[in-house]
Amino acid sequence: MADTAVKEKEPMFPFGKKERQLLSDPLNDNNPITVQVLGICSALAVTSLVYPSLVMSVAVVFVTAFSSLFTSLLRNYIPKQVRMIVQLVIIATLVTVVELMLKYLNYPVYKQLSVYIGLIITNCIVMGRLEAFSMANKPWRSFLDGIGNGLGYGIILVMVGIIRELFGKGSLFAGSPIELKIIGPTAEYMINTTESAMFGWYANNNLMVLPAAAMFIIGIMIWIQRSYNTKLVDVS
Amino acid sequence: MEFLNTFIQAAFIENLVLAYFLGMCSYLAVSKSVQTAFGLGLAVIFVLGITMPINWLINEYLLSESGILGIDLTFLRFILFIAVIASMVQLVEMIVEKYSPSLYSSLGIFLPLITVNCAILGGSLFMVSREYNFSNSIAFGLGGGFGWFLAIIAIAAIREKIRYSNVPPALRGLGMAFILTGLMGIAFMSLMGIDPAAFSK
Repeated sequence: MADTAVKEKEPMFPFGKKERQLLSDPLNDNNPITVQVLGICSALAVTSLVYPSLVMSVAVVFVTAFSSLFTSLLRNYIPKQVRMIVQLVIIATLVTVVELMLKYLNYPVYKQLSVYIGLIITNCIVMGRLEAFSMANKPWRSFLDGIGNGLGYGIILVMVGIIRELFGKGSLFAGSPIELKIIGPTAEYMINTTESAMFGWYANNNLMVLPAAAMFIIGIMIWIQRSYNTKLVDVS
Repeated sequence: MEFLNTFIQAAFIENLVLAYFLGMCSYLAVSKSVQTAFGLGLAVIFVLGITMPINWLINEYLLSESGILGIDLTFLRFILFIAVIASMVQLVEMIVEKYSPSLYSSLGIFLPLITVNCAILGGSLFMVSREYNFSNSIAFGLGGGFGWFLAIIAIAAIREKIRYSNVPPALRGLGMAFILTGLMGIAFMSLMGIDPAAFSK
C-alpha cells in the first residue's frame, strides 16, 4: 500500500481534480451501461415509466456508494479466497435495507419494481466496481467512485425512461405526485390531440411499452455516443 | 402436466433473457462464439435447475412463518439465496475443471460470474413472488435455464455471421448486439399466443 507516501497535510476528504474525475468519468467516457456493459440485467425492465426508474437509480446509487465504502474500509482484512462471499454479504445487507425502506416509504412503487430491487445484488456494476476499484483504493475515493458509477447508470436509466414514457404513454412521471400529462386524446393533456390540428395524427406508440424498445434505445444511444467518441469503437 | 406447462412457459413465453432482461451481462459478453456460449448455457441450466428447488426448500421450511423455526425470517431471503447460489457455482466450477479443462479455460472468468448472473437470483425471486410449488419450481428452473441457453446460442450464431457484414463502425459489436436482442425479443413475443393450459387437456 502507498499509505506511507501520503503527506500529513492532505485533508481527510480531498476534492481535487482526480476526485472530480471519479464522479464525471462514469457519466460519459466510462459509462457503466454503454461502455462497460455492466448492470443491464436488472434495469431495463423497469424503464417503461420514469418514476420507477428514478427510484431504482436512487437505490442503486445508495448501494454502490455504501458497498464501495464498506468494502474499502475492510479491504485489508478480507482474505483473498472468500472476498466474493464477503462482498456479496455486504451488498445483500444493503439491498435488504433498501428493500425494507422502499416498502415502508412507497408501497406502490415497491410493488411495481417487484423482484428488480432484489436483483440489485446481482447487478454487475456493484460487484464490478468492488473488484476493480474498492479493493485497491481508499474509502473516500471508493465512495466517490461508487456514487459516480451509480449516477452513470441512473442517467441512462432515466433517459431511456423519459423516451419510453413520453412516446409510449404520452406522460411523464406517471404515478408520482408531479405527474405530467403531455400529449393524448383527452382534455387532461397539455396537448389535446383530438382538438389540436397540428398533433391530430399522434397516437401512443405501443412498441415503446414493450421491453424490446429499451434494447433499441440503448443500441441507438451506444451508436450516437460512439460516433462522437471514436476511441470507444469496437475494433474486433 | 403442470410440470410441462411451467417448463414451456418459462422457456418460451416468459424467456428470462428476452422478456425480462435477466442475465444480460454474461449474455452479451460471452456470445462472441457459439462454442463458449454452448458451455455457459449448459452451466446456467445446471445451476438454475439445482438452486431453484434448494431455494424453494429454504424459503418454505426455514424462512417462512410455518417453517421449522416458527418465526418470519423472510428478510434474510436475499442473503441465504445468494449464499446457496454462490456455493452451487463453486461446485459446478470444480466439476467442470475436473472433467473438461478445455471448457474451463474457455469460459474463464465467466464461470464464477454465474453467481452474479441475474437470471439465477431472478429465477429464485420470481419463484417466491409467483408462489410456485416444489415440482413447479424444478420445472421453472429447468425451463428458465433452457430458455436462457436457447437465447445465448441464437445470438452467438447471429454474431458469428454478422462479423462479415458491413455494419457502421460505431454500431459494430455492442450496439448491434443490443438491437439484435431487441429484434429477438419481438420475435419471441409471437410465442405469447401459446396457451400452456392446452397441453394439460
